[in-house]
Amino acid sequence: MTPRARLRAADLLPNATIGLRARKVRAALSALAVAVGIAAVVGVVGITRSSESAVLAEIDRLGTNLLTVTNGQSLSGQEVELPAAAPGMIGRAYGVQQVAATAEFPSYPVFRTDKMPIYETNGLDVRACDGALLRTLGGTVRQGTFLNPATSRFPAAVLGYQAARALGIARANHAIRVWVPDPSGVTGHWLTVVGILDPFPLAPEIDSSVLVGFPLARQLFGYDGHPSRIYVRTVTSQTAVTAALLARTAWPNHPEQVQVSRPSDALAARLDVQNSGTTLLLGLGAVAILAGGLGIANVMVISVMERRREIGLRRALGATRGHIGSQFLLEALLLSVLGGGCGVGIGAAVTFSVARLHGWATLVPGVAVWGGLGIAAVVGAVAGMYPALRAARLSPTDALRSA
Amino acid sequence: MMTSGPVLELKDVGKVYPATPPVPAVSGVSLTVMAGELVAVVGPSGSGKTTLLHLMAALDRPSSGSVRVAGAEIAAMSDRQLSALRAYRIGVVFQQFFLIDTQTALDNVAAGLLYRGIPAAQRRRRAAGALDRVGLSSRAGHRAQQLSGGERQRVAIARAVVGEPAIVLADEPTGNLDSAASAVVMSDLCRLNMDGTTLVIITHEPGVAAVAGRRIEVLDGRIVADRAVGASEGAREGALS
Repeated sequence: MTPRARLRAADLLPNATIGLRARKVRAALSALAVAVGIAAVVGVVGITRSSESAVLAEIDRLGTNLLTVTNGQSLSGQEVELPAAAPGMIGRAYGVQQVAATAEFPSYPVFRTDKMPIYETNGLDVRACDGALLRTLGGTVRQGTFLNPATSRFPAAVLGYQAARALGIARANHAIRVWVPDPSGVTGHWLTVVGILDPFPLAPEIDSSVLVGFPLARQLFGYDGHPSRIYVRTVTSQTAVTAALLARTAWPNHPEQVQVSRPSDALAARLDVQNSGTTLLLGLGAVAILAGGLGIANVMVISVMERRREIGLRRALGATRGHIGSQFLLEALLLSVLGGGCGVGIGAAVTFSVARLHGWATLVPGVAVWGGLGIAAVVGAVAGMYPALRAARLSPTDALRSA
Repeated sequence: MMTSGPVLELKDVGKVYPATPPVPAVSGVSLTVMAGELVAVVGPSGSGKTTLLHLMAALDRPSSGSVRVAGAEIAAMSDRQLSALRAYRIGVVFQQFFLIDTQTALDNVAAGLLYRGIPAAQRRRRAAGALDRVGLSSRAGHRAQQLSGGERQRVAIARAVVGEPAIVLADEPTGNLDSAASAVVMSDLCRLNMDGTTLVIITHEPGVAAVAGRRIEVLDGRIVADRAVGASEGAREGALS
């Protein structure tokens, strides 16, 4: 009895690469489309994740335990006052580490000169605060100093980062003043710039504020002790519990008017917006992969037609239909996975360069790498199915006669 | 390798290709090839020689009649069983050589054992022996595309015999070669036959047929003559010289 015809597993790979080795350029070109598609997917996922991790790291650094308390009844977007006792009450609430009250004076714009017409506004506000603000926000001074009990009494101001940019002030010294006109339009006040702050990602309203001390605000702007925005730093593990208490604590008679928010949530929300933008790019990558699959199928069909004599020879040497089919299927699979591998490499390289450019930590998720290779394998298998079937079904005599 | 008894038996074999009207390529062919024979099948082109070769090589099943290769009836075999028969019992030499150009001569010969599931090292070792039998040891490392036509055909012959099949079938083995290369190829084939290989050569060249001990003439798909040729010794001497 004749033994079965069989092909060793170790011979599968060399067999399947004969076609690829014989036509290297063609193989490279047909794998290219898959490579581009996979590179796009890996790059998009990698860049998104890297920037996400940068945002998450930023949130981590800034802390998720900062809460802001405002009056939720504001209609115009301007801040409305809270009870004067609120900061003190909050300071005694469960889980609260630090409290900083601020009061906004929306009717006071700020300019470099006193020549500006009164109806001009520039989006900059005067805001009263004290030294607790810097500690509570964990902020840093870029230039000069922050307000202290002494400068709080004098016409001195500390500029938020954006306010300084808007006013064109790069450094703080006693010669630089800003003009705060009175709403009446008749008079105004010169304030000396004593400091400029670094940006506060969790409190962008501070960035565009000109900060003065409470005593000065009482004297010049009619501050009556009612804060409009209170920053609260809590014990991290108790943030949610404390947030639930704050409305009633700040204004026991009208807790419904108090709005408590967590600014880090807004940063986290940015991630979702970013993610939705990547869907389109992922779709484009998928289209490229699909086109790559079709290209591979096309090239494999041509390859089967060109290699009829090889198929005939192999059948004459004892190859079964299965051997022939698996050889071509494996060739398509290799082609696609090769493209996928290059794509993963390119995608990772692009991610690395973009992350470096932005100063993020490079993060290419494993799911993108293995997913990319997996998709490539599936695409190759599907693309190779029809050509492999054609090759397997070719009758040996037809294959040999066609030579 | 079988040393006695019939290796190939065709009984009243017909092959009809489906067409309108159907094309009978071979009909009523009966012949028996004994182990160790050197048979030439001669006939003009279009006489059904290649169809006959395909049937003898188990590359195709007959429409009618019976084909037995090494005692096994192929009409009833599955494609898988036919493949196994080709892998173990039959060696084929083609007019166009059919080497894989990018592979070395040694690997081309070793491919003759590929579908027997023999490990690569052992395939190469046996291939080296087969190359030596056709006098091409020195070319083992050359790629097929670097070889001359005659050398290519000798590599193809080595590939056909590397597995020591029961029968070797050659389809116009010198059809693409000049006379000098033809002489070398024929002397190789004769030597293999003298070493015991059963050989059927399909040809339309009288000079090639002359070395065979038996000549079967085919015309229009039928055998018109099947006779032992006494003058073969002299022709063989010539071929081997």
